[in-house]
Amino acid sequence: MNAHRSGVFACALAAALAATAMRPALAQEQQAPPRQHWSFAGPFGQYDQEQLQRGFKIYREVCSNCHSLKLLAFRNLTDPGGPGFTAAQAAAIAATFQVTDGPNDQGQMFQRPGKIADYFPPPFPNEQAARAALGGKLPPDMSVLALARSYERGFPWFIFDAFTMYQEEGPDYIHAILNGYTDPPAGFNLPPGAQYNKYFPGHAIGMPKPLSDGQVEYTDGTPTTVDQYGRDVAAFLMWAGEPKLDTRKRVGFQVILYLIVLTGLLYFTKKRVWHAAEHDLDPSAPAAPPEPRPPTEYARS
Amino acid sequence: MSGRSIYKPQSSFMRWLERRLPIASLVHSSFIVYPTPRNLNYWWTFGGILTFMLGVQIVTGVVLAMHYTPHVDHAFDSVESIMRDVNYGWLLRYVHANGASFFFVAVYVHIARGMYYGSYKDPREVLWILGVILFLLMVVTGFTGYVLPWGQMSFWAATVITNLFSALPWVGEPVVTWLWGGYAVGNPTLNRFYSLHYLLPFVIAGVVVLHIWALHMVGQNNPTGVEPKAEKDTVAFTPYATIKDAFFIGVFCIVFAWFIFYIPNYLGHSDNYIMANPGQTPTHIVPEWYYLPFYAILRAIPNKLLGVIALAGSIIILAFLPWLDTSRVRSANYRPLYRQFLLLFFAAVIGLGYLGSQLPEGGYVIAARLLTAYYFAYFLIILPLLGLFERTKPLPNSISESVLGAGVPAGASAPPPSGAKA
Repeated sequence: MNAHRSGVFACALAAALAATAMRPALAQEQQAPPRQHWSFAGPFGQYDQEQLQRGFKIYREVCSNCHSLKLLAFRNLTDPGGPGFTAAQAAAIAATFQVTDGPNDQGQMFQRPGKIADYFPPPFPNEQAARAALGGKLPPDMSVLALARSYERGFPWFIFDAFTMYQEEGPDYIHAILNGYTDPPAGFNLPPGAQYNKYFPGHAIGMPKPLSDGQVEYTDGTPTTVDQYGRDVAAFLMWAGEPKLDTRKRVGFQVILYLIVLTGLLYFTKKRVWHAAEHDLDPSAPAAPPEPRPPTEYARS
Repeated sequence: MSGRSIYKPQSSFMRWLERRLPIASLVHSSFIVYPTPRNLNYWWTFGGILTFMLGVQIVTGVVLAMHYTPHVDHAFDSVESIMRDVNYGWLLRYVHANGASFFFVAVYVHIARGMYYGSYKDPREVLWILGVILFLLMVVTGFTGYVLPWGQMSFWAATVITNLFSALPWVGEPVVTWLWGGYAVGNPTLNRFYSLHYLLPFVIAGVVVLHIWALHMVGQNNPTGVEPKAEKDTVAFTPYATIKDAFFIGVFCIVFAWFIFYIPNYLGHSDNYIMANPGQTPTHIVPEWYYLPFYAILRAIPNKLLGVIALAGSIIILAFLPWLDTSRVRSANYRPLYRQFLLLFFAAVIGLGYLGSQLPEGGYVIAARLLTAYYFAYFLIILPLLGLFERTKPLPNSISESVLGAGVPAGASAPPPSGAKA
C-alpha cells in the first residue's frame, strides 16, 4: 500500500520535473520587471494621495500628449480614494482642456473649455489621426493600462502570488518600461522608428523614451528622477484602472473578519449538534443518555 | 428513500395550505427529516456549496445585467462603468467573475469526490448523468459569460472555440456561420451569447432540481460505499447536514472573499482589459483556467477534427463512467489499486491544466499527449479491467461499524452496535 503510494508520488514528481526541464525557450531573454514597493499593495494597502497627484502631473504634462484616458472624468479627480483634488481644483484642471461639444443650434460642432463633468478628451480625434501624427504608431488608452499589462510569473511563483497577494504586475511593468530604455546590445536588429527597451516583449518599442531626469517639476521636494517619475505615474495609472481599490481593501478586511467569526460560531454550533449524534453511537456509553438530548424536533421519527 | 413525512401542520393556516398544496411537508421530508449517512465527510458539503454558488451567480448576474450593454462598441466600456459608476459595481463584478472560478472549483471537487467514492454506481447512474449534464451546462454558461466583457481574450476565445465546429465534415462552415450570426465573430455573436448566458443559469437551476430529486430517490452515498442498513446509520438532514454544510460554506467563503477583495484579477488574464480588436491576435490565446485541461487535450491531437472529438469525448465519457467501472465496490478506500490509478488520474488532469496554459511547443506537446493518453486509457482500459482483477479490501458490515471501528484498537473485539444488523 505504502509502496504503491510512494510509487505514484515518484511518478508525479518525475513528470513535474520533466515538464520543467522541457520548458521551451519561448520567453527568450525577456527580463522580469524589478519589484517596486507600492503603498497600495497588501491587505491594508491604500493609495498615497500625494503620489497620485504627482503621477497625475506627469500624465498631464507628458503622457496626455499622445495617450488618451477616456474612461476618466475630471470629477473622478475629486473622488475619495483618489488624488484628492477639490472640486474647484478639478474644475480648474478641466478648464485647461479643450473639449469638442455640439452640435449647436447651427448644427456645428464646437470647442469649449472642459467642465468637471467632462471626460478627459483624447489627444487625437481618432485612430487614423494618431497614426498619421506618430509615424503609424497608436498609443494605447491609459484608463485600464495598469490592469492590461503584466508579465509571465511562471511556475511556481504564480502559486505563491495568491498567498502574498501580488497584484501589482501592471505598475511594476510600467515602471520598468519607463526605466528600461538602453542602447541595443551589439547585433540586435532594431526596426526603423523603434527604440530598444529591455523590459518590452521583443525589445523593440514604438514609444520614444518619454521621461528624463528633471523633466517634470515637483514642488514637494520629491526627487525628480525617471525612477521616481515611473513609480508615480504607474501608481496614478493603477488608480485610474482600479479607482475603488481603497474601498475594496477596507471592505474586504471587514468581510473576512466577519466571515471568520461567523464560521467559528458555526463550527462550535456544529460540534455541539453533532455531539449528540456521536454520543448516541458510542458503545462504551451507558445505554440511557446521561445528558439532555437536543430538542425533539431534531429527532427523525 | 426520502424520509417518511411526519409533518403535522401546527397552525390553522398551515393545515389549510397542506390540504391544497403540501409544500410544507415536501420541505419537511426533503430537507428536515431526510436521512443522511452519519459518516459523511466534508467532501460531501460541496453539493451545498454549489447550490450556494449558483444563487450567488444568479443574484449578482441579474444586477450586473441591469447595467451591462451587449453591443460590440459599448460592452467593454459598460463593464468599466459598472466598476466605476455603479454603487458597489466593482464588488458585484468581482464576485461574479471570481464566482465563476469558485463555482468550477466546487464542481471539480464535487466530481472528484463522486469518482473517489464511486458515487456514480448502481443505483445512482441517473443522478450522475444529470451531474454531467450540469457540468456541460456550466461549461457553456462560463464560456458565454467570459465573452461578454468583450476584451481581447473574450473575442479571441469566442473565435477559437466557435471555429472548432468548422472541423465537422460537410456541415462545419455553415454551422460556424450560424453560430456567429454572420461571417465573423461580431455583434450578433455577442448578443446571442448574452441571451444564452442569461438563459442557461435557469436551465441549470432546473436540472439541479432533477439532480436533487434523483438524489433523494436513491439517497446519498457515503465514504464506505455501504448503503445505510439501519436507522443508526443515518442522521436527520436538519440539523446535522445543514449545520455542517453551513460551516463549510463559511470556510469556502473566506477563501472566496480573499480572491474577491485582495486578488480579484489573479484568475483573469490581463489581455482582457484590452478592448476586443479583431485586427490584432494576442500572442498567446488561453482560455480561463477551468478549461485548461480540456484545451490541452484539444491541442495534444495533431488532427483538428480528432482534437475536437477528443475534447468533446473527454467530458462525454464521464457520462459512461457507471458502466466503464466494472467493480462492485464503490469506495476507493477499499480499492487500493483503483485508488492509485485515480490519484494518478487527478494528477494527470492537473498536469494537463498546466500544459494547457503553456505554448504547445517541444516537450510540452509530448507531455500533453502522454497525459491525454492516460486520461482516456483510465476510462477505457484501466477501469473496465481493474474491476475484474482487483482484490478489494473487506467492507464494513455497516456504516455504524465503520464509524466505531476507528475508535477501537486493533485486535480488540468491538461489541457489535446493537440493532446495526436489524
